[in-house]
Amino acid sequence: MPIHDRGYRRYAGSRVPGSLAWWVIARAGIVERLRDRRFLALLLFAWLPFLVRGVQIYIASSFPQASFLALDERTFRAFIDQQRPFVFFATIYAGAGLIANDRQANALQLYFSKPITRAQYVCGKLLILVVFLAAVTWLPAVSLLFLQTLLSGSLDFFSSHLFLLPAITIGSALEIGVAAVTMLALSSLSRSSRFVAILYAGITLFAAAFGRAVGAATGIRGWTWLSPQDTLTVVIDATFGVPTTASGTSVAAALLVVALLVGASIVVLARQVRAVEVV
Amino acid sequence: MNPVVSLDRVSVSYGRHHALRDVTTEFPAGAVGLLGPNGAGKSTLIKILLGLLPPAAGRVRVLDQDVAQAPLAVRARVGYMPENESHIPGMNAVTFVAYCAELAGLPRASAMQRAHEVLFYVGLGEARYRNVETYSTGMKQRIKLAQALVHDPDLLLLDEPTNGMDPGGRDEMLTLVRDIVARRGIAVIVSSHLLPDVESTCGHVVVLDRGAVVAQGPIAALKGKSGRVFELRVKGDEHRFAEVLRERGIECHGDEDEVMRVFVPGDHGSQLLFQLAAQHGMQVRHLRPSTPTLEDVFARAVGEDV
Repeated sequence: MPIHDRGYRRYAGSRVPGSLAWWVIARAGIVERLRDRRFLALLLFAWLPFLVRGVQIYIASSFPQASFLALDERTFRAFIDQQRPFVFFATIYAGAGLIANDRQANALQLYFSKPITRAQYVCGKLLILVVFLAAVTWLPAVSLLFLQTLLSGSLDFFSSHLFLLPAITIGSALEIGVAAVTMLALSSLSRSSRFVAILYAGITLFAAAFGRAVGAATGIRGWTWLSPQDTLTVVIDATFGVPTTASGTSVAAALLVVALLVGASIVVLARQVRAVEVV
Repeated sequence: MNPVVSLDRVSVSYGRHHALRDVTTEFPAGAVGLLGPNGAGKSTLIKILLGLLPPAAGRVRVLDQDVAQAPLAVRARVGYMPENESHIPGMNAVTFVAYCAELAGLPRASAMQRAHEVLFYVGLGEARYRNVETYSTGMKQRIKLAQALVHDPDLLLLDEPTNGMDPGGRDEMLTLVRDIVARRGIAVIVSSHLLPDVESTCGHVVVLDRGAVVAQGPIAALKGKSGRVFELRVKGDEHRFAEVLRERGIECHGDEDEVMRVFVPGDHGSQLLFQLAAQHGMQVRHLRPSTPTLEDVFARAVGEDV
């Protein structure tokens, strides 16, 4: 275009299929969040347990007298648990505004005036959260497994614990999936990201406390299902094949609760994520 | 030439409220004004055209495509400038517009190039690296136009494009709309309650009232012949005189300062008005031939009386 001509020109270039819109949304969201230094600090901080465990692996594999520090499936399970606070904070930080901010800025009508579907919009937003939560759960856990294999100098640990990689993946996926879908549903309910953050924190913390309080008051431990976190603990413990620390609910019941929570979140998203609000 | 938009017996309801009732109309190429009082169904109609609302009955075709069957294909060729303030939070102007282009299917590099071009076109070139949240109302209107244009649509839906703009900005926006239609070959539907805006940009109008089409066609044809419209002020009970005129088949609508706009059918002209005034003991204080305007068309269509 000549530098003096700043008029409107028709576009004659190529167009990419609209089915990739979810990736455009996800990429923009990830890049925007990575520009936030406080969030980057949170992500880096979330790798501190990995460093500690890395040192543990190094000592256990380098000094035979420290073999009691050697890792097993319980260590990896515990590691997923240790990352839970980081999942909590990353979910709030990166997730609360995902849809709430768009609703606040009336952006949904802009999104849906483009050739994208509601499912693509939700998938794009979900992927933003999934990427960051995977960066604080699955990625350090798998890196730990890799480090263990690397420092032990043989594939013995890996081959004798073949179930660990799928267990880490499934356990992380459950942790990430439940947190991401629940947060996205809550984010679609309000125009205020602060309110969403408080709501998520309240539900997560209050439900756990309430479940335990009711359990203690009634003497029945079956109330664990009231707490999403305890329910997840039951399922993830079963995935790793370790005794659960949140007994009282069967794995089948816990799976049902997780499915119901995810299902309810999807219903909320289907109702709330619309270009047109009919009051 | 095929119409850009055609609606065939389209109805939309929100619960018990009928937003559109059995609407059948066509929007030809060029600039078409969509007029109507608040609650007439203009915004609902635009959302139907975008496929954002499913009609309870009827068929909608946009750019020769059935909206119900191919909403995404339609939206890929349509640009929408919403009425209310809207943007993607946390982005500067060029990132926002490029993002919208990518969402509409442009490759990343082309999207960024188009964003720069379109921002210069709408007059935001110098402010393109500013965060959209810091923009004035007029600038926000312009950036909404930019995001609607960036993917080079064949049809542009503008919902109150001059909302909140100062007179200078409003003129510039209307100039842009005229340029888009006349020189760029993009069809435009302008939904506005500002009749002068529509009159200065459009050659054709569709008037909605209470969810139904009450007038449609070229503005010139709807205005009718000049010389049959008069500004009339009488001394006495102008409401009673208006009733008298209506009984004789003469339309009259209120204006400011007790001046009525009177539409005299046939070639009787002013003589008939003087005769009627004399017969009913009214004094004609002001009678001046006038040019029919879009406001007359609108007033007749939606039945605004003295």
